[in-house]
Amino acid sequence: MSLTALKSETPAPPKKAATGGAAGAKVVRLVFPARPAAAPGRFATLGHSLAVTTVPPLVVLMLLLGVWELLCAGPGATLPPPSSIWQDSYDLIVDPFFVNGPQDIGLGWRVLVSLQRVAIGFGLAAAVGVMLGVLIGQSVWAMRGLDPIFQVLRTVPPLAWLPIALAAFRDSNPSAIFVIFITAIWPVIINTAVGVRNIPQDYRNVAQVLRLNPFEFFAKIMLPAAAPYIFTGLRIGVGLSWLAIVAAEMLTGGVGIGFFIWDAWNSSRLSDIIVALVYIGVVGFVLDRLVAGIGAFVTRGTAA
Amino acid sequence: MTAYLKLDHIDKVFARGGDVTEVLREVSLDVARGEYISIIGHSGCGKSTLLNIVAGLTPATTGGVILEGRQVDGPGPDRAVVFQNHSLLPWLSVYDNVRLAVDKVFSGVKSRAERHDWTLHNLELVQMIHAKDKRPAEISGGMKQRVGIARALAMEPKVLLLDEPFGALDALTRAHLQDSVMQIHAAIGNTVLMITHDVDEAVLLSDRIVMMTNGPSARIGEVLDVELPRPRRRLDLVTDPTYLACREAVLKFLYERHRFVEAA
Repeated sequence: MSLTALKSETPAPPKKAATGGAAGAKVVRLVFPARPAAAPGRFATLGHSLAVTTVPPLVVLMLLLGVWELLCAGPGATLPPPSSIWQDSYDLIVDPFFVNGPQDIGLGWRVLVSLQRVAIGFGLAAAVGVMLGVLIGQSVWAMRGLDPIFQVLRTVPPLAWLPIALAAFRDSNPSAIFVIFITAIWPVIINTAVGVRNIPQDYRNVAQVLRLNPFEFFAKIMLPAAAPYIFTGLRIGVGLSWLAIVAAEMLTGGVGIGFFIWDAWNSSRLSDIIVALVYIGVVGFVLDRLVAGIGAFVTRGTAA
Repeated sequence: MTAYLKLDHIDKVFARGGDVTEVLREVSLDVARGEYISIIGHSGCGKSTLLNIVAGLTPATTGGVILEGRQVDGPGPDRAVVFQNHSLLPWLSVYDNVRLAVDKVFSGVKSRAERHDWTLHNLELVQMIHAKDKRPAEISGGMKQRVGIARALAMEPKVLLLDEPFGALDALTRAHLQDSVMQIHAAIGNTVLMITHDVDEAVLLSDRIVMMTNGPSARIGEVLDVELPRPRRRLDLVTDPTYLACREAVLKFLYERHRFVEAA
């Protein structure tokens, strides 16, 4: 997570410096004075924009790793420096998909197992959440009845559901999936309901004049009109599921990335934990971008 | 003889909490088939409410609407509405917006190919065929309104309801669209009920102009017959004595006898 946060924040300083317009243009040009002359044309601008977005985070990353190395290189340090992580967890870093035995497998496999749980739990949450959201958005009575209950339930932390789930399902895998489901569903419900409630009266009038039946109204008007809201909910939901799966797997065990961290802690493999954190951060970042990308694709043109 | 479209003693009362507002009182009007009627009045006089009642989107408190001998009890494609702000669905292309209406209204009647042709025919009627694959966000306000008109016409409505259709457009675009609507009306002879607050527009387009008194409790104040021969040409009318007389009559009604006090 810390990595992704860094990546999204690093482009900010040049932007802030560029508020002055002409001054900003100067700053951008000063970064690579020789490039445009060396390779003119479209290729140069493409390379330039690529460099502008990738070089600053890489520089900051190098700086941070350097500071970390300095801080943790001493004999009394409690955490390993990057250099010893590279040595200790070399196999985990370079090959995500090795298999040396039932519990000695690459982090890529573990992430896939966790992702599978998230896919099932989040998929269910998306389907049920959209339907409940539509119900609450369409019916005043459903909203009056359900909304207060949802508002209370959604504040319950994900892990607090785990004992109940374990008692109900008597198995760790469905319990982990249930925790994902119950974590991700609330933002989906609430955002869908808001989206449905905000469908302009004009569209409802059009549907009435055309005499669309409820199913046609749902498919042709409601879903497209509420899609931007629904995808906001899904994006929050997928982020929360990824947060919850790691915690849930720590407690339920199995093969997932969460249990790997817990297992590594119990056998004092701090380097492995740090590598796993990077994996989790990158995968969470990709999941968020994926849902945002699908949302942008599906809702293109609706903002009129 | 019974009228094609009959507004029969329509009252409309809005009750919110303890407040009761009477918007319309005793509105009665007979419309003949093929007639072009404009309803004009100051803003807030309930003319949009009246149109919504005819459309079936708002129920009348008492009285009702009778179309071809049958009472109107809800919205339907036989009374297609062109909304003031076009109300096109932004996620559908121009073609798909019209096609949605065509598919819904003619699903059992026309074949797939016929529905496609009918969609294109109506887009051609409003001269929008060139932009059929564009989305509403990519075309101008006047073009959107053309598509809105095409969508309404494509339903083959018994009555076409226009709710200040040109209100949001600039003067030149408005004139252009008014000419288009006149041509279409001449070509297919449909019955039109149009809400407007533009005196020139009302006189230019209408067979009869219905003038509403100010709300609350708005009534039909006067009905003016516009006895100008068709086809009408905008430029010829500028000096036409009948046109000027009609214009004067409407203006006098609106600004002498029923001045809108709350404005200004």
